[in-house]
Amino acid sequence: MVQKLDILPESASQTGGPYVHIGLIPTFAGLEGVYAQDLGKRAIEEGAQGEVITITGSVFDGTGWALRDALIESWQPDAAGRFPGQTGADPKVNGFCRFAADGESGEFTLRTVKPGRVPMRGGGWQAPHISLWIAARGINTGLHTRIYFADEDNSADPLLARVEQRPRVQTLIAQPQGAGRYRFDIRLQGAGETVFLDM
Amino acid sequence: MSHDPGPLIPRNRAIHPVAYDVDYKTSVTRSPNLPLLSMESTPSEETGPVFGHDLLGPLDNNLILNWTKGAAPAVGERILMHGRVLDELGRPVPETLVEIWQANAGGRYRHVKDSYFAPLDPNFGGCGRTITDAEGHYQFLTIRPGAYPWPNRANDWRPMHIHVSVFGRSFGQRLITQMYFQGDPLIPLCPIARTIKDRASLDRLVAPLDMAHARPLDFLAYRFDIVLRGRRQTMFENKLEGM
Ligand SMILES: [Fe+3]
Repeated sequence: MVQKLDILPESASQTGGPYVHIGLIPTFAGLEGVYAQDLGKRAIEEGAQGEVITITGSVFDGTGWALRDALIESWQPDAAGRFPGQTGADPKVNGFCRFAADGESGEFTLRTVKPGRVPMRGGGWQAPHISLWIAARGINTGLHTRIYFADEDNSADPLLARVEQRPRVQTLIAQPQGAGRYRFDIRLQGAGETVFLDM
Repeated sequence: MSHDPGPLIPRNRAIHPVAYDVDYKTSVTRSPNLPLLSMESTPSEETGPVFGHDLLGPLDNNLILNWTKGAAPAVGERILMHGRVLDELGRPVPETLVEIWQANAGGRYRHVKDSYFAPLDPNFGGCGRTITDAEGHYQFLTIRPGAYPWPNRANDWRPMHIHVSVFGRSFGQRLITQMYFQGDPLIPLCPIARTIKDRASLDRLVAPLDMAHARPLDFLAYRFDIVLRGRRQTMFENKLEGM
């Protein structure tokens, strides 16, 4: 026998299922008025400092079909790399946003500011990025990934450096589509599969 | 570094569901084939949104009344769902948002895609939310959701369950899970419950009947504690000299 280790196991994840929107974006699911406002409607308020950008994309399954039921959350710092709650953070940047793939087209849109770079524990910097978390029917544990930007210097980013198969880095990089607009598609499985994170 | 709460404790993936499970058909095309990229957490995962009590309306954690704004109660067996949000080190997670959603007493969701025979309850919406107190406690008043059939294999049924979403303090702690009910014979038959291969891990999602918190002549109680990832305290520098 040994001494007892006082660690509680984490609660197991389960899929959000087909009706995840009822719980997280009730207005989107047609449940009007149950709350004053859906949570996380906007990543930024008017007047946020920095470059306002719009990121559009879809979440594709292994057959190439865009999910119509995906729910995505994003989390990011302000244009100077400060997260909400940190000293000096831009009060107009909510940092958190919750959005759904369109029920007809499967496309999602995130309007926000381009985030600043973020320091690493123990030194070094992470290139500007937005963290994403994806929930949907058939996804048993929510999937974490990141959006980086093709028009930023990503050369010293510690996470991107750990991607062994270098072409897969491209799955984490949003491509410019003209002024302030980016495209970022997520592929859950198969050719061009997005790098998902365990951090 | 003395005040650094430290990186997130890595997830023990063995207690979580498998991503790919032929018995849960939708997972077959929605599960990554390639390994996840594992790395120590960074500020992007260690920080997260914080929501204040000003977000909440007075009936947000009362699903019996919130759809009708108190005008008429939902149909069904009245229950109190309550518990604590803790981290892996046993510390309470205070002031964190807990959101739930569920079917009505007949097993029907208020959703355009749900066409099950069971009728909608005009007095039941099906979602609620609350924020834990300083000791991590939360509670919801609701009705026991019905079991329902779903299109998967020819005759699959979901056990009675309530979907639960929790934030914690860090984006890396984000969790969606489901609460099941003690004694439900459908749990061991359910392909979604069975995506969790560790038996003890699934058992921890089954809420026991808690008569000590039932209110006589009013509602039964079920206790559901939720454990989120913890953070490793850094008493030493993370990197040794020369490494
Ligand atoms: Fe369900």
